[in-house]
Amino acid sequence: MNTLSAPSAPTVRYLPEGDSFRSHMAARHKKGTLWLTIFQAATLVSILALTALLYNIINQSFGWVAVRNQVEPEALAIEGTPLEELSKEQLITILEAYISKGVMRRLESEKPFSVRSREDVYQLVEERVINPEILRSWPLADSLLRRSAIHQEVVETFPGARLQFRAWINPQFLRAPQSANPAKAGVRTAMLGSLWIVGLTILVAFPVGVGAAIYLEEYAADNPLNRLIQTNINNLAGVPSIIYGMLGLAIFVRGLEPVTSGAIFGLSDPTTANGRTVISASLTLALLILPLIIINAQEAIRAVPRSLREASYAVGATHWQTIWHHVLPSALPGILTGTIFAMSRAMGETAPLVVVGASTFIAHDPTGPFSKFTSLPIQIYQWTARPQDLFRNLAAAAIIVLLVLLLAFNAVAIILRNRYRSKRREG
Amino acid sequence: MTAIHVLTATARLAPVQALAAARCESDCALEARQLSVYYGAFRAVKDVSLKIQRQKITALIGPSGCGKSTFLRALNRMNDLIPGSRTEGEVIFEGCNIYAPGVDPVEVRRRIGMVFQKPNPFPKSVYDNIAWAARINGFRGNMDDLVEQSLRQAALWDEVKDKLRQSALALSGGQQQRLCIARAIAIRPEIILMDEPASALDPIATLKIEDLMHELVKNYTIIIVTHNMQQAARVSDYTAFLMMDEDRAGYLVEYGPTDEVFTNPKDRRTEEYITGRFG
Repeated sequence: MNTLSAPSAPTVRYLPEGDSFRSHMAARHKKGTLWLTIFQAATLVSILALTALLYNIINQSFGWVAVRNQVEPEALAIEGTPLEELSKEQLITILEAYISKGVMRRLESEKPFSVRSREDVYQLVEERVINPEILRSWPLADSLLRRSAIHQEVVETFPGARLQFRAWINPQFLRAPQSANPAKAGVRTAMLGSLWIVGLTILVAFPVGVGAAIYLEEYAADNPLNRLIQTNINNLAGVPSIIYGMLGLAIFVRGLEPVTSGAIFGLSDPTTANGRTVISASLTLALLILPLIIINAQEAIRAVPRSLREASYAVGATHWQTIWHHVLPSALPGILTGTIFAMSRAMGETAPLVVVGASTFIAHDPTGPFSKFTSLPIQIYQWTARPQDLFRNLAAAAIIVLLVLLLAFNAVAIILRNRYRSKRREG
Repeated sequence: MTAIHVLTATARLAPVQALAAARCESDCALEARQLSVYYGAFRAVKDVSLKIQRQKITALIGPSGCGKSTFLRALNRMNDLIPGSRTEGEVIFEGCNIYAPGVDPVEVRRRIGMVFQKPNPFPKSVYDNIAWAARINGFRGNMDDLVEQSLRQAALWDEVKDKLRQSALALSGGQQQRLCIARAIAIRPEIILMDEPASALDPIATLKIEDLMHELVKNYTIIIVTHNMQQAARVSDYTAFLMMDEDRAGYLVEYGPTDEVFTNPKDRRTEEYITGRFG
């Protein structure tokens, strides 16, 4: 078979022919198929991992809950009129009947009953009198598959409780501030905190990062000092985020406390006068994503075709005119994409914020750069660390909020980039 | 022209050189003196001396890699943009060396325009391609007139007058290249350098560019690098033949009126190249 070594062959053949060629061919194809299978398996594994993640989150965010009311609404009906249809005055009498005089007085002093609306009073009745309490929750899979067993369990272990299907992610969850009661807790403070922090972070990191990228790509001479700077920036992108947290703690929280607490601007209030504020978190995250933005912007600037620069120089444009009118517009889609990726990173960052001093429990919204802050990842972390099971459901719901926000960012980035690209194509 | 004053005022010229420059001013638009270009340690062009005739077309021909493009780009300091490049020798333009200290390369390029091998219009509208070039140079006249005039001179007006607001990138390759020429002449340079302006185009578009060059040469001095010897023979008045030595550095072999170089070359190497024996 081996024609190569056949001594009688009229000419020396270096390549396999006939059957030998065919069997060789089969071996080559087999090798290709093997690799293909490996790649498919790799893809499958990652898809499975993602599915497992999604399943886990969805499973925790929906499901049956056992709820027990302190007082059943039916018991509150007055002369056959159900609770929902009672007037404001009737609701106030119910309140007076069920809660202590001291609490009534406090409610009155918070906001007199005479000016409260009917809905407001109704809500008070719901909160103070009916006071539903979630005793236990079941994940979605169990809720769907073990319905009768769950019913049985509720009847046995929680007498007087009702089963209710609850979507843990709901409008109320988005609107409500943090609370110790899992039925009332929401992510509003954390969401606003995240938006404030990321917004300020981008405000600082984008101009500084793009500026540095322009300098390094367009102006900096190729000398040892600049090469050292470049190497440093590349390495900074890989520094663990907790280290940026330590840096932020040392510089912004401790060192610049008068500034970051707002004291210098006369904005300090006793609870935030320690520098653990939104602005400290933003500056820390800005440091963290700065190398990412610089590197991405440099890549984008480097990708601008030389022919475009030459066209500009050839008609007598200066260096700056070339940069401003041609290099930057052409690099902008790439710069934007990099910035949004950096923004997503900042959005999901937890460790440095823990170090910088995120509050784990604040019930009022951040109002500006000098507010105390918490953020979505911090809130998720904090909820998962709680011993009560119910907070796990809240964490899952908060994860959905975080993921949706991140996806929205990326979608905006893609839309912006595509619009800008097509605009440039059309001129 | 104030620009000339700036050039002569800022460049420090020795009196002897000034005299020499004055002598050639009548018919000589540009003169390279012992021009060498280096990329790092590599010498791409070696000691080329050449006098370019005013309002004539000069063709630079030679085998691939012989440094003709590098030499051309040295004539308006385009090589300054390439990191690690270095130029020795002089290029005398309007009586002064464009490489003298104090000469602004931006002004040099404004007065010695360039058209590239691959059409490179800006990703803007046809109108803005020309208007931008004029605007950044401080043009304060009627922009519409300038655009029309430039496009007419580039023999492009009739084809694009209805799509001035459309993207220049939507034009055909040949139209894009003529737009680049229109853009170059909109700022009224004295010399136009063309680096294989037709090599990326089909024969018909090539012919249009060549016709255009014959028109433009009435007002401008044109220097063209070409791979195509027929093109050099067809369009140019003067031809310079460059070759590279053992170190791959380009040097000038022969320079003279195109008729003489093509019909009666003085150098054996020119003859061999023109008759297609190498390169």
